[in-house]
Order: sequence, then C-alpha cells, then structure tokens
Amino acid sequence: MTEMVYGAAPARDNEPILPKWWHTIDKLSVFCLLMLFAVGLLLGFAASPPLAERNNLPPFHYVQRQVLFGGVALIAMLLTSMMSPVLVRRLSVLGFLLAFAALALLPVFGTDFGKGAVRWYSLGFASVQPSEFLKPGFVVVAAWMMAANQQIHGPPGMAWSFALCMTIVSMLVLQPDFGQACLVLFGWGVMYFVAGAPITLLVGMAALVVLGGSLAYANSEHFARRIDGFLSPEVDPTTQLGYATNAIREGGVFGVGVGEGQVKWALPDAHTDFIIAVAAEEYGLVLVLVIIALYGVVVVRSLLRLIRERDPFVRLAGTGLACMFGVQAMINMGVAVRLLPAKGMTLPFVSYGGSSLIATGIAVGMLFAFTRTRPQGEIADLLRGRGR
Amino acid sequence: MIRTPLRPLARILPARARGENTDSIENENIRARHAEMQDRARQRAESRLLVMGVVFLCAYMTVGVRMGMLATSDASEPVASVGAATAIANQRADIVDRHGRILATNFETHSLYSNPQLLIDPERAAAELVAIFPDLDHEQLLRKFTGKLKFTWIKKKISPEQKQAVHDIGDPGLLFGPREMRLYPNGTLAAHILGGASFGKEDVDAAEVIGVAGVERQFDGYLRDPAHGNAPLTLSLDLTVQAAAERVLSGGMRIMNAKGAASILMDVYTGEILSAVSLPTFDPNNRPPAPKKNEEASESPLFNRTVLGVYELGSTFKIFTAAQAIDLGLVNAETIVDTSPPMRVGGRTIGEFRNKNYGKLSVSDLIVQSSNRGTGRLALQIGVQRHKAFLEALGMFDPTPFEVVEAQLGQPLYPKRWTDLSSVTISYGHGLSTTPMHLAAGYAAIANGGHYVSPTILKKDTPQLGPRVMSPGAAHAARRMLRAVVTSGTASMADVPGYAVGGKTGTADKPDKLRGGYYEDKVISTFAALFPAHDPRYVLIVTLDEPSENSGSQPRRTAGWTAAPIASEMIGRVAPLLGLRPSVEPARLPAITLTANN
Repeated sequence: MTEMVYGAAPARDNEPILPKWWHTIDKLSVFCLLMLFAVGLLLGFAASPPLAERNNLPPFHYVQRQVLFGGVALIAMLLTSMMSPVLVRRLSVLGFLLAFAALALLPVFGTDFGKGAVRWYSLGFASVQPSEFLKPGFVVVAAWMMAANQQIHGPPGMAWSFALCMTIVSMLVLQPDFGQACLVLFGWGVMYFVAGAPITLLVGMAALVVLGGSLAYANSEHFARRIDGFLSPEVDPTTQLGYATNAIREGGVFGVGVGEGQVKWALPDAHTDFIIAVAAEEYGLVLVLVIIALYGVVVVRSLLRLIRERDPFVRLAGTGLACMFGVQAMINMGVAVRLLPAKGMTLPFVSYGGSSLIATGIAVGMLFAFTRTRPQGEIADLLRGRGR
Repeated sequence: MIRTPLRPLARILPARARGENTDSIENENIRARHAEMQDRARQRAESRLLVMGVVFLCAYMTVGVRMGMLATSDASEPVASVGAATAIANQRADIVDRHGRILATNFETHSLYSNPQLLIDPERAAAELVAIFPDLDHEQLLRKFTGKLKFTWIKKKISPEQKQAVHDIGDPGLLFGPREMRLYPNGTLAAHILGGASFGKEDVDAAEVIGVAGVERQFDGYLRDPAHGNAPLTLSLDLTVQAAAERVLSGGMRIMNAKGAASILMDVYTGEILSAVSLPTFDPNNRPPAPKKNEEASESPLFNRTVLGVYELGSTFKIFTAAQAIDLGLVNAETIVDTSPPMRVGGRTIGEFRNKNYGKLSVSDLIVQSSNRGTGRLALQIGVQRHKAFLEALGMFDPTPFEVVEAQLGQPLYPKRWTDLSSVTISYGHGLSTTPMHLAAGYAAIANGGHYVSPTILKKDTPQLGPRVMSPGAAHAARRMLRAVVTSGTASMADVPGYAVGGKTGTADKPDKLRGGYYEDKVISTFAALFPAHDPRYVLIVTLDEPSENSGSQPRRTAGWTAAPIASEMIGRVAPLLGLRPSVEPARLPAITLTANN
C-alpha cells in the first residue's frame, strides 16, 4: 500500500530474473546500444572490404567476424546486465585480478604485431588486449575502494585506489599505450570527482596533466609528431587526418552513396580508428549525427539515472564506466574532426574489433546492471522523517 | 568552529557510571553519523554528476557542430603546401659525371586528374581513357566518374603523346597538372650509385621530387636547394669507364656462373671512385620494390654490393700483414719464415689451401704462394695491439665515409674479443668481414705510398692524401710482392701486357647463415689489383659471389681462375680510356730492328 502511494520501485525479491530485468533495465539505453551495433555492422560492410582485399580474404570476412564477436559481446552484455551489483562486483574483482596478471606478463608472452608496442596476446584465431578487459575491472575495484573510504572506521580506499591507478597507468605507459593510460586516468579522475574531490586538488590535478603532457611532448617523438600535426593550421592531405577531413567534406549532408566512398581505400585504419570518416563519406552528416546522438543518450541517461542512486559503490562504478565509454567515443570522433590531436582509439561498439568488442560489451553490461531501477530507501527516509 | 566529539561522551559517561554497556550507544551514534555523511556525499555527488552530464552533452554537441561545419564546407583539390603552391621548389639539380655528361636530369611531364562533376560524358571519357591507358580499370573509373567525387587522380605521370591523346577526348572534366619527373638517360648505368627518386608531397600544380637512395638521397638537400642556382652535382664517375666496367663484369659474371658481382675502380691519390658496379642491377627510372621482410636483402637487385656486401675477403688481406711487418722493421721482403706445420694457436690448427706444405719461404714468396701459416706467424710477431691499430688506421672497423647513403650501413664485422687466434685468422682475411669499398681504400694506401685515402663519389681536382699509415718503403716492398703475385703466383691470369698489373687473389668460403659454419662449395672470390705496379694510379677490386668455372673436369672456384681473368679484361678495356699508355718492353724483342715508319 505504501509503495503504491509513494511510487517506489516495483521490485519484488522473489520475482523471476527476466521480468525483473525487463522492467528495471534502462530500455532506451539498451535500444541505443543495439542501434550502435547495427550501425557498426552497416559501416563494416562499407569499410572492411578493402582490408579483406589487402589480406586476400573474401570481401565480407571482417563483417562475418564482427557479427560473430558482436553476437558474443551482446550476449555478454545482456548476461552481465542481469546480475546484481554485488555479483558484478565480485566477478569484476576476479576479472580484474586476471587481467592485471595478464597485463603484467605482457612483456614476457605478448606480441607487438610489428607495431612497436607490446599490447596483445596472440591466440591464433584472434588477439586479446588485456588492457581492454582491465579497464572495467579497474573501475569497479576503484569504486569499491572509494566507497569503503566513506565508511567510518573504513580503510583508506581513496589512497589505495590512487596507488592502483598509478601502477596501471605506468604499466600502460611502458608498453607504450598512452591512449589506454589516459582512459584509465580519466576514469579514476571522474570517480574521484564524484566521490567528493576537494576543488583545490582538482585544480592541482589539471596542472599536473598539463605538466605531464608537456613532458611527454618533449621526450617522446611519437607523441610530439602527433601534437605538431594537430597544432599546424593546415592539414596535410596525405596524412590520415587529411584523408579523414576530405572524406567528411566529400560526404556532405547526405553522403556520396553506399559503396561510393574512396577514403576506405586510402586509410589503413578505416575500419577501426577512422570509421566515422567512412560513415561521413558514404552516409553523410545525417548518420554521423545519429551516431553522436546514440552515444550521447547512453552516456547522459546513465549519468542522470545514477544521480538517484544512493549506494556509493554503485554510483561511483556506474559513473566511471559511463564516462570511460563516453569519452572513448568522443575522443575517436574528436580526432576525425580535428578537435583533438590524433590518438588511436576505437569507436566503442562500432569499430571493427574482436576481443575489444567483447570487453566493451561486458563493460556496458556492467553499466546497465548498475543503472537498473532499484529501491533507494525512500520509504525508510520517510519513516525516519528525513525525506526530501 | 564547533567540533563534534567523536564519541557521544555526554551519554556514555552517565551510562558507564550506571554500569551499563555503552556499545549500543556508540553504534547508534555511528549509524547516525553515517547516514548524515552519506546524505552529504549524495547531495554533492548529485550536483557533480549533473555537471558531468552537462559536460558530456556539450562535448558531444561540439563534435556534432564541428562535423556539420566540415561536412557543409567544400571539398578541395589537394594542396600540398600552405599558401601558394609555388612553395614546391621544382628545379632539382642535374647530376653529371666527371666530364659533365648527364647522369640524372629532369623531364617535364604532366599528371592527369579529373573533376568528375565537370565531365560531360563520363562513360565515353572512361572508355577512351582505358583505350589510352590499358592498365586502368574501366569499372572503377566509371564508378569514380559517376559518383559524387569532386576530385580524383587518374595518372600521376603521362607522356606528351598520352597527354595529346587525352586532350583529344575533349572532355573539360579531364585536367592536367604540370609535373617534373626524374630521368636517368643512361638506364641501368651506375644505378646503385645514383639510387633513384620518387614523388613526395604532390598537388595538382606541382610535385616534389625526392631522392630515395644512393647519391640522390645523400645529396637530396643540395640537389633541391635553389640557392645553388641549378649548378649540377659533379660526380667522380667516368661514364665511359663505368659502361666498359659494367659490360665486362656482367659478361664475366655469366661466364663464371656467379649469382652476383661487384667491381670498384678507384684513383689512389684523390680517392675518387671512377666506376662502381654492383650486379645484378636495376633501372632507376623504374625502381623495383624494396625486398619484403622475409626476403634476403642481399638477393635484391637494389642491394649495392660495393658498399653493403660485408664479407670475409680472404687472402687479399695478407698483403696488409706483410706490409705492416715490413713497416715495423720486423722483417724485410727476403726474410725467411717457416710455414711448415704444425701450427696451433689458441687451441686451433692453422691449415693451408689443400693442406699444402710450403716449407721455408721468404716473406715475398709467402705472399706469392698465399701461405696462411706464413702470414699467421707474421701476425704473431706484430702482436694483437699493433695489428688492430693498423687495421683501424686503414678504416677497416667503421663504415666507409663514401658519400652514397647506403655506405653508412656497411658496418664491418670484427671480433669483440681480439685474441691471438683472431689476429692470425684475420692476417689471412678470415674473421674480419668488410665491404669491397674498404678493401679498395686499403689497397689505395699501399698504391699511393702509404697514405690512407677516403673513397669519394665527388670529383676532386687535387690529391686528398690522409694520414700516413705505413712508410713509403714498406708500401714499395708490398707493391713489388703484389706484382710478383701476378708474374709468378696465383694471379697469373690477371696480367695485361704493358700495364704491369699487381694484385692479390682471395677466395673465402661463404658463411652458412642457416646452419652456421661455412659452405663447402660456395665462395666469395676477390681480386684486388693496382696498376701500373711501378707507379700505381688506380686500384681495381673485382669480387664474385658464388662463382664456378666449369670448363675443366672439376669446377674451379678460386679467385685466380674466376676474378683474376675478369680483372685482366677490365683493365685492358679501361686503362686506355683512362689515358694510361702501355709501356712497351723492348728487352723482349732483341732480334727485331725498329725502323722509322715512313
């Protein structure tokens, strides 16, 4: 009766899993995610035949693989989203430990596929990048530590999570993989921000990032070249960025038409880092705006749902996952339109990728598990007279 | 500031006084503080999450707006440089030989591109283009022409005839851009020295020509610098000599069934390289693709054997040992050295070619007979330190300073730990791997009377003698031995009447990279010559990769049978071109009365 009056969450403890999942999950976000995956397949049909041709494979080989891995990723996402936050936390901590060990052992067993950075394990039929799996695991572990920090007589979780973050970041930088290192650092920063970082510290952190960036600029040629390329006002048409910019211009509002695009033949990373350029060229601004909107809806809606969340752990973990997902998409698209310096980062769920797709699927599934509607203790508040 | 005590003492103390358990009071207090703290944290998190949401919303909108601005701006033809397209300096200086004959020059040509939106009849244009350029794909061309593209390249280089033919199609959507290309009018001649060029930045109005290998790469900055007023780069090469040398070497390589060959002709006073040949060769006008990762680089025609072929050059090194021993005053040319077995150094037995035993030989004779044990004993007398220092002074430990870009990669291989055994084996040319260019510089020092000379590809007008590495007397004695090798030793086939050739053969087993050790039947055979021996002007190195001379009952691979005759033929052909006169030997013809020719 009370619940009917005050509109509390219609959750019943002994309800079967599927119906409970269906009426507590954020259906709009799930729908957007499925749309993104569909868009990824559509673009895979456009962007991957040149790659398949280069590797002497049937034209839609990579689309088939994308369907396969994407299917696995979607199943992983749905299964994860059905779990309770506590179960997610437990499994994530285990997964995190595994991924951390895998990351630490990379210099011994890993391979660089001739790209100059040891980031992958080669499994024969596919390659696995442990840092992809480490990211969501780290978010959960760090959130757990930060939440524990807010307990009276609790452990100093904030310091622990910071030490952990720095360990992972330094391991990633040594590979070197500045992109993933930035993502991890960003994820931790966002969680710290929401967990109540003092404003003065935030300003100091920003200064530190600037300092670190300029150090990397001065000491890493690889890094400096990219920044220089970004700062120069004119874009050299023979660079990846030049091709991408021209492709977006060629596409215009409605695109040059399905299969008519040229950029996919010129760009080696057309199916991963610059897939948005392929989208812009063949389908025009319309599809690009749709993609941006889809990402925007998932991220912003997740954040808004987390505002109502009372459990500090769920709130923090959800924030970290949503922001990492969102910022990765934003960096990828920002690079293509030259808002950000060139940094190899995939467009989550849209770019071609095997293990990374599955890792993203799991991460998003965890996010959905955290944003499910749950009783938030409003009744108890009212009963105790602390209602707002 | 009002401080709240951590424990509710006001309630605990009376309770304790009453003898009650205070735990429940403390727990209740903690719970209350917890709830309060969480409320505060939640309120703060709420506002911060809202901030995050707004930030993300704004960021995504920025990306979207920027995307919209880009998409609605016009696609442009590629512009290679900021501002005016004239920033591409188009004049690349010519390269000429020592007599000013053209080795590399520029050729005005055109590129062909299309603005498909301007095409009147795309289908006809595509069909006619395919008729002119059969390598174009009709389907693909038509797809480009009928799509929404605003710019597409068709051909980067077309000839004047092709340009006229395209012009005759008469479609305004087919456009030409001026363009210069690099032309090597002599084809494959001196290909490895010249290297090649390709296009760098390119746009429709011009394209940058950049050197990719050889001299074109080494002097890329100079050739492109307009400040030199288009003065050509003058090389030390002599086109005629180069042509003759290539001709002789390629013929010789075929006869000797070798898979590769190289020759270097060097002026011993100036260090100028008059010809440098590496076979097989290629055409720099149509440079073949670089070898792939899994292919052996030395098998590619692009491989410049003269400066990159790092091999043990065998007995050609013996003369350095003998010259140093004489220079140090340890021996003279007539000193007797015992070459009989056994000789054991550092636990290894030193043997001779076909296990011969030469007995006691003079220093001169041990060079003529090419005795390993003889030079080994000389090396032991010289000692490790002095032996090393001498070879270093001859430039045997570093890449040659030769101004062809690949020469920097020709790093010799020598033992890190230099023992007595190393000295002994290196004294007869094993254990130290160098390029033929190193050998040429070493022989030049003997030929010019004891000065090190850096090999150079640039024309020099005056002698470029470097630091002295041995006394004139030692160099003179070494020259007499080299002459004796040709008159009465292993290189009798190298003699050219009238030109007094001196030289030393060297046959080294090729190392087996796959299984370790050496091949039984694969050798590098080298002949290092200087001529004329009494006053040497030139050094000639001829080296063959895996030669096998099959006219006898057994294949012969030694340098005396393979490299020496080729060197002889080459000297006979190039010496007159170099302006050397044969010295007539009247003593041989005592019975003939010379009369005036009238």
